[in-house]
Amino acid sequence: MALLEVDDLSVTFARRGQRTVHAVDGVSFSVDAGEVVGLVGESGCGKSVTSLAIMGLLPKQPGLRVGGKAVFDGTDLLQLDDRSRRDIRGRDVAMIFQDPLSSLNPVIPIGLQVTEVLTRHRGMKGEAARKEAAALLDRVGIPDPRRRLKEYPHQLSGGMRQRALIAMAVACRPRLLIADEPTTALDVTIQAQILELLKELVRDSGTALVMITHDLGVVAGMCDTINVLYAGRVVETARRRPLFRQPRHPYTVGLLGSVPRLDAGRGERLNPIPGSVRDVLTWPDGCAFAPRCTRRVDECVGEPPELVLTHDGRSYRCVNPAPVPGTPPPQATTTASTGAADDAAASTGAADGATAGPVPAPREEEKP
Amino acid sequence: MTESDILVEVRDLKVHFPIKRGLILDRVVGHVKAVDGVDLSIPRGKTYGLVGESGCGKSTLGRALLQLNPPTSGEVRFDGVELTTLPAGKLRTMRRRMQMIFQDPMSSLDPRQNVESILTEGLQTHGIGADRDDRRRIIGETLDAVGLPRWALSRYPHEFSGGQRQRIGIARALVLGPELIVADEPVSALDVSIQAQVVNLLDELQDNLGLTYLVIAHDLAVVKHISDVVGVMYLGALVEEAPSDRLYSEPLHPYTRALMSAVPVPDPDVEDRRERILLAGDLPSPANPPSGCRFHTRCPWAQPTRCADERPALREIGGSRVACHFAERIATGELRPHKVSAQIVRPEGEGEDPAVVSAPTEPGSYV
Repeated sequence: MALLEVDDLSVTFARRGQRTVHAVDGVSFSVDAGEVVGLVGESGCGKSVTSLAIMGLLPKQPGLRVGGKAVFDGTDLLQLDDRSRRDIRGRDVAMIFQDPLSSLNPVIPIGLQVTEVLTRHRGMKGEAARKEAAALLDRVGIPDPRRRLKEYPHQLSGGMRQRALIAMAVACRPRLLIADEPTTALDVTIQAQILELLKELVRDSGTALVMITHDLGVVAGMCDTINVLYAGRVVETARRRPLFRQPRHPYTVGLLGSVPRLDAGRGERLNPIPGSVRDVLTWPDGCAFAPRCTRRVDECVGEPPELVLTHDGRSYRCVNPAPVPGTPPPQATTTASTGAADDAAASTGAADGATAGPVPAPREEEKP
Repeated sequence: MTESDILVEVRDLKVHFPIKRGLILDRVVGHVKAVDGVDLSIPRGKTYGLVGESGCGKSTLGRALLQLNPPTSGEVRFDGVELTTLPAGKLRTMRRRMQMIFQDPMSSLDPRQNVESILTEGLQTHGIGADRDDRRRIIGETLDAVGLPRWALSRYPHEFSGGQRQRIGIARALVLGPELIVADEPVSALDVSIQAQVVNLLDELQDNLGLTYLVIAHDLAVVKHISDVVGVMYLGALVEEAPSDRLYSEPLHPYTRALMSAVPVPDPDVEDRRERILLAGDLPSPANPPSGCRFHTRCPWAQPTRCADERPALREIGGSRVACHFAERIATGELRPHKVSAQIVRPEGEGEDPAVVSAPTEPGSYV
């Protein structure tokens, strides 16, 4: 039994007079104790909303609907009332946010913000709490922690603030840590420090970590399992090495092709994904990535692609996945891909009849 | 290389910003030495990449090059013309030949101007194009070059996606037919897949129009991808300048080594194998930079002699220019990094302390 089991999580924002937004549309993934799981995707793919929904931090507003399950150690986090959720949050499950300056309270000293967690969850008071807070700051690599406790967030540098935030998150030795773009606001050398710190914390305490990021490089160095999100759904799940070596979903292939690599030679052109994130098909009408996909076939439109599970534990949501180089394709894929090619001619008429029209051609960018 | 091959030449450029205190009487209590003695030259038709962490002065250098921030001292020559002493009117006509692309297209485009108006403004200012039709023709050609459809002309910036907005920003720079384009973080506000589109567009434009670029970015991989030569800045000065391939394969300055090892590579095999040099602490304050080599407070290879008291000059080592006293000995492996600075600890009293500003009283008194 996994530590966190997210099953068919969906978040929709409905507003009167406007189209309902399916920010998260049936996301499922699981996190084992001590495992580092990555959620990767571009802006708008629903990765942050997923984490906020799990933590119960989405703003309570009419029109917000959260469905599915997020079972943490036997309890469904989505069904909890506010009080018991507050008990779990910060103690068993903690979160690190992207921008440390806006997630720390600017008018309260760092020390008070760290001890607040200790007081709330561990019942520590006074000198004991201060001592523990100083020890925490020391643990995350903040020099002279006693002095820093009295300082305000603006007096710390960006890297220090992120460290303080991490100190608050790990104050109660949570079993699950969710880090939402923890290093995006930081410089590379500071990013390297923070990532090293997170790795160390995970290694030492056996904390499970959900790493939400858009940076494939960060994922390559940290995560055990990676979920690639597109338009609110997981399109590919794989262990780290297979994902980078043999990406199957065309979106993953596209992402990897569009990142310039430091160790690549000069003059190699990038292979960007045509179009932009706004060119999506809604999932019920077919694969959301189809309008931008280079491996598009007729089966992509009409109904959402099923999740294909392969024997080595990876899965992808695609009817015409990128072939595995060298090796013969596994069983599940053979039927899917060759079937697609063979049936293409025969089923064109049927596919056309079932859908409103052919897939729009990938444009250079979408029309406003 | 002959004189005419160099489009931009910068000599000992300094940009210092005064720090002021006091409510009624502003007293200057110090200077932030954003750029402090930079020499560089950009050959015509090539791309010079400038990298460094936030606060290292790379953007200020780019702006000072175009005289958007008046330099404190030093020379900037553009095609043989000295810009720092050029009268305002002449400078304005020179600006046609050097344009800028900004980071955030949303805040650098006027939301109340449509695309046609944005693109026409520059043409009118510089008196390009005989009449309205002629200007329309120029604008049309520019739109084609950056891959925007003609119907974009009547639209407003908010109607476009991030990638398209950046294309409008590029079109605005391009419409005047410049020779030099300074691109300050041109892709960092964009998504990965869109980033690649814009990077390819910049490449294409350079091939077709023979543009010269100064690309400023914090993303080393992007800079390395588009640049011929890369300059690495630290605290207002260049620490290393090298052809972009060499910079990754043979970084010479300790800071470059640390920077290169910190950039994540999207490949687990590389990530697991490579050695990381973790720097201690943060960037020191540019208002009160360390004496001697600016990097010596964080340098894993810092030596007791020279590093703390003698500022190293850029010197040529095998095709690169490096500002380090011990670069050769580090390269041969004769000097080993200290264990202590490779950990995440910040020695006491080192680095910035934003509450206190203790700057030398005279600008330039760091030597």
